[in-house]
Amino acid sequence: MSKVDLSVSIGSLKLRNPIMLASGTVGYGNEIAEFTDLNKIGAIVTKSLSLKPRKGNPPQRIVETPAGMLNAIGLANVGVEEFIKEKIPFLKKYDVPLICNIAASSVDEYVECTKILNVEETIKAFEINVSCPNVKDGGLQFGNNLSAVGNVTAKVRAATNKPLIIKLSPNVSYISEFAQVVKDEGGDAVSAINTLVGTSFNIFTKKPKLFNVNGGLSGAAIKPVALAKVLEISRKVNIPIIGIGGIMNWKDVVEFMIVGASAVQIGTLNFIDPASSEKIIKELENYCFVSGIQKISDLTASYII
Amino acid sequence: MLIVNSPVVETIQVHENIFIQKIHSPEIARTVKPGQFLNIRVSENYFPLLRRPFSICDVEDENIFIMLNVTGEGTKIIVHKHPGEMLDILGPLGNGFNLQGDYKNAIIVAGGLGSAPFPFVTKKLRNDKNIFSFVGGRTKNDVITYGLDNVLTSTDDGALGFNGTVIQLLENNIYKFDSTTSKVFGCGPTPMLRALKEICIKYKLDCEVSTESAMACGFGICQGCPIESTAQKDKYLLICKDGPVFNVKDVVL
Repeated sequence: MSKVDLSVSIGSLKLRNPIMLASGTVGYGNEIAEFTDLNKIGAIVTKSLSLKPRKGNPPQRIVETPAGMLNAIGLANVGVEEFIKEKIPFLKKYDVPLICNIAASSVDEYVECTKILNVEETIKAFEINVSCPNVKDGGLQFGNNLSAVGNVTAKVRAATNKPLIIKLSPNVSYISEFAQVVKDEGGDAVSAINTLVGTSFNIFTKKPKLFNVNGGLSGAAIKPVALAKVLEISRKVNIPIIGIGGIMNWKDVVEFMIVGASAVQIGTLNFIDPASSEKIIKELENYCFVSGIQKISDLTASYII
Repeated sequence: MLIVNSPVVETIQVHENIFIQKIHSPEIARTVKPGQFLNIRVSENYFPLLRRPFSICDVEDENIFIMLNVTGEGTKIIVHKHPGEMLDILGPLGNGFNLQGDYKNAIIVAGGLGSAPFPFVTKKLRNDKNIFSFVGGRTKNDVITYGLDNVLTSTDDGALGFNGTVIQLLENNIYKFDSTTSKVFGCGPTPMLRALKEICIKYKLDCEVSTESAMACGFGICQGCPIESTAQKDKYLLICKDGPVFNVKDVVL
């Protein structure tokens, strides 16, 4: 098989292939490394980090839904300090771009986290989570407010020269407006989409199944929504897009790239098949080869409408 | 911890709605310990989406056994696998029971499907310890004694054995056990485990329980299965990774 060029660029961030592992579905890399060779992955995005450790929500945190699942973890994480001390040394052993996802309750906290993490050479980019539906402060209160997203982008931009990605919420009317603000304020790329707000009730007790009542819907069920959001951004805003939402196989990856994604993130699939990413990369290479595609990046926004 | 494809050998019904599935899985059989669990993929096309967690029920040579209570879509699909059909198994997961120690009496306390891990525990302890099994359920259909030794049963409605909870049954018999030479192993619904914890603290009995929770991955990345720790208030333990077996003193039930 002649060599297919799988490499992609997201602004100044170069990846060996478009397959990234999504925040919150790979922890800090150590567990998933038992199943997948991280050296073969495009990039790994950490569980959302906050300035101080967060305990997260009480149980129940997970509910299975048709072709998907709801989660309400509540951004449980070790905090930036322990991340640097305990988690980075492990990730340093791998030749895989590390992207830190940051979640905060205030603009100052986003900036503070970025500044602390910015000095770590292992960290190649930041993904700012302005769209977590499962916490009271921060998260969605930023994510569905244009000026708040603009403000966070501008302030974090001023704190780092590393590639800056903003992870957008789908729980808005026009996601492209948010992508435009990110671009205007100096962001390098957007990730789309975070989870959709959903809930599930026990019909006998009449109580919500999740302690948090609402959770974030992910999995195959949200793929059509995610594709539409990526397409909307792609048609309206000139900014690199990382496509996320219900990718279960290599065909889904191709579909996301066609509608406008430069790269993609595998999320919920990691829970069921933690070895899937490596397989998907091989299958993508095969698809490109048999389709006569020399550079996979040519797929990006190749839609015909 | 690995992912293996293993063929179903046979599936037998042992009780109303309760099935035992025998799976030929030398890799898992070699390493799995009593109290650990397996996360089994339900379908190729991810419908239903998530794997289903099962306690290791027993091991025999190169074969492993799981206990299924056929309630939902996932277990229905797994239970209907024919001999020779493959199961995608992720495991062994979590920490099992600590069976070591110089105690003489092993007291097994199981509620409903909580019997699942104990055939393997019983097999491991049979030659060294005196085993006493207390098995309860709401009705007689919920009392599963498969693979257990020296069983006393209870039902909430009195249809089988002692009329009351399995914890009341245990307490009625607790005078038989010296706390310094006995160890309790429990598994069942959380309210039962909570009551078991109270009894074990009251009578100063060492006790380990196997807990359960909804979870997505089974190995720590989804963070979906928290349980409150008695030692650390600022963070949760994870049932999949830090458990599912805990000493009752270490967790808030």
